Amino acid sequence: MRKLLPIILVSFTAFLFLIRLFYLQIMDDSYDEVSTNISVRKVYDYPQRGYIYDRNGELMVGNQPAYDVMAVPLEVKEFDTLELASLLKLTPDRLKTQLERAWRYSPRLASVITPQLTKKEYAYLQERMHKYQGFYIQKRSLRDYNVEHSANILGYIAEVGQGEISEKSYYQSGDLKGKQGVEEQYEEVLRGERGVKHYLRDIHNKNIKPFKEGKFDTVSKKGSDLHLTIDAKLQAYGEKLMKGKRGGIVVIEPSTGEILSLVTAPSYDPDLLVGRKRSRNFTELYYDTIQKPLYNRALQAIYAPGSPFKALTGLVALQESVVDLEENFRCNGGYSYARGVRMGCHNHPSPVQMVTGIAHSCNSYFAQIYRRTIEKYNTPQKGIDVWRGHMASFGLGDYLGYDLPVGRAGLLPDSDYYNRAYRYPTYQWYASATLSNAIGQGEVLTTPIQLANATAAIANKGWFYRPHIIKKIDDESIKEEKYTTKQVTTIDKEHFNPIIQGMHDVFNYGTAKFLRVPGIEVCGKTGTSENYTKIDGERVQLTDHSIFIAFAPKDDPKIALAVFVENGYWGSRYAGRISSLMIEKYLKDEIERTDLERWILSNTLEEEYAKPYSGEPFKINQ
Amino acid sequence: MPKTLLQIDWLTILIIAILIGFGWGNIYSTTFVSPDESILDLSKIYGKQLLWIFLGALIGIVILALESKFFERFANVIYLFAVLSLLGLFAFGKTIAGQTAWYSFGSFSIQPAEFVKVAVALALAKYISDLDNDLSRFKSQLIAFTIIGIPLALIMLQPDAGSALIYLAFLIPLYREGLPHFYISIGFLTAAIFILTLKFGFTLFAPIFGVLIIIVYLFNKKNKPKLWKYALISLFGIGFSYSVNFILNSVLLPHQKDRFDVLIGETNDIKGSAFNLYQSEVAIGSGGWTGKGWLKGSQTQGRFVPEQHTDYIFSTVGEEWGFMGTSIVVILFTLLILRLFHLAERQKSQFSRVYGYSVMSVIFVHFFVNVAMVIGLFPTVGIPLPFFSYGGSGLWGFLILVIIFLKLDAKRKSLN
Repeated sequence: MRKLLPIILVSFTAFLFLIRLFYLQIMDDSYDEVSTNISVRKVYDYPQRGYIYDRNGELMVGNQPAYDVMAVPLEVKEFDTLELASLLKLTPDRLKTQLERAWRYSPRLASVITPQLTKKEYAYLQERMHKYQGFYIQKRSLRDYNVEHSANILGYIAEVGQGEISEKSYYQSGDLKGKQGVEEQYEEVLRGERGVKHYLRDIHNKNIKPFKEGKFDTVSKKGSDLHLTIDAKLQAYGEKLMKGKRGGIVVIEPSTGEILSLVTAPSYDPDLLVGRKRSRNFTELYYDTIQKPLYNRALQAIYAPGSPFKALTGLVALQESVVDLEENFRCNGGYSYARGVRMGCHNHPSPVQMVTGIAHSCNSYFAQIYRRTIEKYNTPQKGIDVWRGHMASFGLGDYLGYDLPVGRAGLLPDSDYYNRAYRYPTYQWYASATLSNAIGQGEVLTTPIQLANATAAIANKGWFYRPHIIKKIDDESIKEEKYTTKQVTTIDKEHFNPIIQGMHDVFNYGTAKFLRVPGIEVCGKTGTSENYTKIDGERVQLTDHSIFIAFAPKDDPKIALAVFVENGYWGSRYAGRISSLMIEKYLKDEIERTDLERWILSNTLEEEYAKPYSGEPFKINQ
Repeated sequence: MPKTLLQIDWLTILIIAILIGFGWGNIYSTTFVSPDESILDLSKIYGKQLLWIFLGALIGIVILALESKFFERFANVIYLFAVLSLLGLFAFGKTIAGQTAWYSFGSFSIQPAEFVKVAVALALAKYISDLDNDLSRFKSQLIAFTIIGIPLALIMLQPDAGSALIYLAFLIPLYREGLPHFYISIGFLTAAIFILTLKFGFTLFAPIFGVLIIIVYLFNKKNKPKLWKYALISLFGIGFSYSVNFILNSVLLPHQKDRFDVLIGETNDIKGSAFNLYQSEVAIGSGGWTGKGWLKGSQTQGRFVPEQHTDYIFSTVGEEWGFMGTSIVVILFTLLILRLFHLAERQKSQFSRVYGYSVMSVIFVHFFVNVAMVIGLFPTVGIPLPFFSYGGSGLWGFLILVIIFLKLDAKRKSLN
């Protein structure tokens, strides 16, 4: 019995050890990863972000080097907090919280302690960093803007948030990522691929040799350059014209769907969101809830389209064969469509036909042909849905599918919408209840880009390409089917001729005759759109929005655009003038009508915008 | 001498040679700087170890050449010298890392505690083999414990609690030679209560222990001992458990307490007190089935495990040779210990048997404590892995220990 003790002890020990070793080495896989974390250092090589050019090859956005101070918390040895804080231009408290945050993110992975130093700060720091174990400087590239415009198109780049790091494993703390605009939309194209080298290192943090002969290393891949469809000159001019106004301009090349300009006002200088000043400036822009400079009105603002919508109303009526081109309609300053209900109209020659109806923007004419369109069918429900189908084929009520990250669908009501609104079948509703749609003042809501796209479809007599902002990636023209497939409207080609004639006559004798562009046959349509705001919970009407759509030249159109100027009153007053100048600028490169230009540049609407905030009673539509 | 060579147990020599060779390979891996340098470079740890191995072999040959009666005859003298060498440390010793455990000669140091084990084994064997002594008698027990206790106390004073712990190994030969069950039982019970109290705390341990005793009392129908014995055991257990908290908080030094806390997972300060164990576990754990290959372990080559060429050498095996390597080492040690057990049991002379048992037990306790520590089953105790860890004193101490026994074994027929 006594002899057994050593045998029992040894056998038990061997058994215990083998089990424990089996568990440590075979069962528990976590040590492999930990071991790699401890002994392998990754050195990243961030490639240059792709450049952004305009359609003519003019450089809009380049790069400049920037330097982040990073720290790996586990490797940080004791150091003089005060000294480092003053080197980094941080308060000692701030430095401490940054380090604590880094611990929470990961003790083993690098976190940014202070981002985006300038080259000069870097040179000074570089000589002194070796004293601080666990800290190092990571080179990255920041944006360098060649232009002061297009901020909302371009977007900006910023450090990835914690959320994005866990969602998408590609990003790490301190990585930069595109936000908004093409920077966000084409992030993966622009950023390229980060390269990484693995080194075995020792406990003193020295690199010993490449890990596994560099088996896991990758070479960085430079980001691709983008050529946008934007015409930088036209864009700059558009933003200049919109100074002191709010609204948007969208200019499209009808033959390709390429967006030539996408102006939203007010905007900001893209350089404000570069480097260390980014977060302060961003906060300022973000909290400007009155002007909303980060809000892309050209894509996101929804307005009642107003009179330009009449062109579409006319097209649908022709397609549905409910009106003859020569048919005369009388207008006695309005149209009474139900007992005691009347749609007003302004003073113009009467009677009108289709062409003159557009030229004079006669409410009565379009109200009647719209009513006929809806009433052609047995029920107003059916009528509305047919009408909606036609309108939808112009890209209204839909996101359009363009390549920018923000947008609104707008509103194109269908029978369900009115059934709900009028509580059908408890109550009946008829075409007359939706009559305001005829003149773009009903339930229909559109964004400027939708209206510009519809204008391009009219210019093309029945088709369009989805608007897009990308022209070439690394000199390779885009082949994306989405942007190279013709979208055809439901309206037959021949019906466009009278509408286009009417839009041309708008400039000949109609509502925009003083806006003619010398030597160019322009077609367009003015509009005003009633709008309301809430002041102290009360619905208050504001000065109408000024709206204009146009394309030119009449035959072989090169440019189609939509302009919205908030509270600009008459369509021809602000939006029309701006449209006319934009067309002249794009097609002739020179502005001959300097008086017109001066008027726009010297007139702002800031007084108008201040009215609702003044706290005093005010007048509108002056 | 040639006759001795034929008679010694070559299997033991073979196992030890493999352990030393494999050990050196791992020492080289933890300390080499560039593969171009000579392995004989005496300024390098691996070079020195090679010298120790060579000299160790010479010492072995000298021992084999000695008359086998020499060891029994001079056991007491050797013991006296050993105790004096420990005492001398307090006058002439060199203090490294707070421990006065070395004699220093230029760039070389000798740690006498590594040799004292041989002396204690010899003295103990001589005392027990004396026909007048009987370990069932209290007086003999007391003297046997004194033989162990004097060097143990001196080593505790260095202070080197780890090396002192090894002397518990001598309980095994004492038990074999008739020490009452009581001591061993108390030993195991104490250890069990200690660990359980550490893990679960006094408040949880005490009631469970009490209930357990009652259950054993109620169901132990045959061979029923008296009730007061149960009461005494309960009292002892609960009392001891209660004192563990007190020991931990008031008796142990802070770094010793930390080591217990690390073991039971109370503290997870992987930058501080848990650093060694953590790095060691990571190195071993990342080895997988076959390891990362010799000289290719990223933890080893990054020198992340402190003291890896000495006390933590087993973690190199784990990382670079994987489960294959570690299990071979565990099996080799198990074979060695069982072989020594077999040799000890076949001795005709009680002196040889007690000595052989002591050799086996010392190697076993070293193996157990060192490996258990490195794989996180035992608190951090700084003792080497026999034949494996770097260190001349340790290597020579173990070689002398074993080779004396092999000599005795070779001559077993003429000894009795």
